[in-house]
Amino acid sequence: MSEIPNFEAIKVKANQVRKDILNLTNSAGCGHPGGSLSAVEILLSLYEYQMNVKPNEPDWAERDRLIVSKGHITPAVYAVLANYGFFSKEEYKLYRKFGGILQGHVHKKVPGVEFNTGSLGHGLSVANGIALGARLLNKNFKAYCLMGDGEIQEGSVWEAAMSASHYKLDNVCAIVDYNKIQENGPINEIKDLEPLADKWRSFGWHAVEVIGHNLKSLHEAFAQFGTKKGKPFVIIAHTIKGKGISFMEGEAKWHGKAPNNEQLKEALAELGGE
Amino acid sequence: MADLIATRDGFGKELVKLGEENEKIVVVSADLEDATRADYFKKAFPDRFFTVGIAEQDMIGMAAGLSLQGFIVFTNSFAVFMTNRAYDMIRLDLCYNNCNVKVICSHAGVTVGEDGASAQCLEDLALMRVLPNMKVVCPVDSVEAAKATRVFANEFGPMYMRTSRAALPVLTAEGDIFEIGKATVMQKGSDATVIACGIMVSEALSAAEILKKDGITIKVVNMHTIKPIDEEMIIQSAKETGAIVTAEEHQMYGGLGSAVAEVVVKNCPVPMEMIAVNDTFGQSGSPQELLKYYHLKDIDIAEAVKRLVVKKL
Repeated sequence: MSEIPNFEAIKVKANQVRKDILNLTNSAGCGHPGGSLSAVEILLSLYEYQMNVKPNEPDWAERDRLIVSKGHITPAVYAVLANYGFFSKEEYKLYRKFGGILQGHVHKKVPGVEFNTGSLGHGLSVANGIALGARLLNKNFKAYCLMGDGEIQEGSVWEAAMSASHYKLDNVCAIVDYNKIQENGPINEIKDLEPLADKWRSFGWHAVEVIGHNLKSLHEAFAQFGTKKGKPFVIIAHTIKGKGISFMEGEAKWHGKAPNNEQLKEALAELGGE
Repeated sequence: MADLIATRDGFGKELVKLGEENEKIVVVSADLEDATRADYFKKAFPDRFFTVGIAEQDMIGMAAGLSLQGFIVFTNSFAVFMTNRAYDMIRLDLCYNNCNVKVICSHAGVTVGEDGASAQCLEDLALMRVLPNMKVVCPVDSVEAAKATRVFANEFGPMYMRTSRAALPVLTAEGDIFEIGKATVMQKGSDATVIACGIMVSEALSAAEILKKDGITIKVVNMHTIKPIDEEMIIQSAKETGAIVTAEEHQMYGGLGSAVAEVVVKNCPVPMEMIAVNDTFGQSGSPQELLKYYHLKDIDIAEAVKRLVVKKL
């Protein structure tokens, strides 16, 4: 770990990204605000200090790669990329609309996006392949994979989890946005994941748990990536679905529903205005 | 009598040659490399061979990731486990992302034999054909399989190859040109055209011998590429012979017959018959017993031709 990031500055960005998430979903009339709002601090930590990327050169060969396996959280991903200057916010106008680059699920026509996703349970295998490729090429870049919690009910995730540890891919960092809610309700009612960190450990991973909205804790967690030789690394980030907006927090119905104009106004007011 | 060699052997041996020539070629496998012959590559280049165990979905995702780093990735399995189980990964990771990953599958068709219906994939051509960006090849013999493997390595994009477990007669020569999307005429004739792929090409050639006794001559086309289909060949054949029989070791719905019919109805409507498995699963038995039971033999093709010749008049 080099220097301590300016957490206050990241907090300001988080506030802006949350506003963008709300505006994007409102303007589209659809989208996924809940799981976007829970992932804001994770994504900002990645782009602020953790990942080696160049916004003005998104295809830079030595960049770290992020596979957004929970491909529905485009409001958060696009807002973070735009706020770091990967593309102009002018593109927001055509979010989820015909002719725009900002597809409903992450798409690599958007500068900064590595891989098209949208069907859950795909990303970790792809990240493993990238990491294996980096090793074959003697490259130092890392492969990151952001997953949802409901997503890891998909069996393919565990196929990939086994492969990462079998191949000792210590250049893979997975992050689980553990917001405890999936489309139809609480995860522990639908199909419980616990004991989640121990599951990953038993699959051969170095697992740490953090509060996924605490920037300092996230920083400390990311600092552990690469410290256990031969082990892939996973951060179980305990988060709140809909984080930051009182009426969205912990509510499954905001998984895939956009705020209307009135709700948008109310939500933005909670974030301190437009 | 032609030599009998399985197309999987043509693939396996050529992949080793390609591996020597190009270090960007890697293999991802799911514990069936012995059967698909990808194990020849594994023995030659153990550092460029990765198994994920019995995990076809993971195999495709990992292959996609490797391809993003510039590798030419050959995956392999039985057709049923690959195209059925990992379909979502093939669709999204390989086709939607247009990754340079090759999908090589053996053990398709009823000639898988004794293992029975669960292993006899009869829907792979249909499943792969409907995916944008995907190319679909079913070589006629081991020589053609080797050439297809080379083309797969040299051309960018996702591609599917169906190879055989059963030994097939070698019908083509080293010097014959193989090009994806360009069918080849195996025999000339004027009363009808039989358009076939894989093992069914030799059945079609045998049907031609049967029909000669009745004074009927048929053109036999080896349609080794199911997608992109050779429209020109189909249109030309329809115009020349006025009737088309398709023959494939696959379900009747969605495979070669459907692909040919799509071209025929749009461009040159002529009477057609389809020799294929008729909406049912396979079963255990010897390859020859099963081909006979499911009406995939030379005699079935010959009967279909005769029906069309009458219809044409």
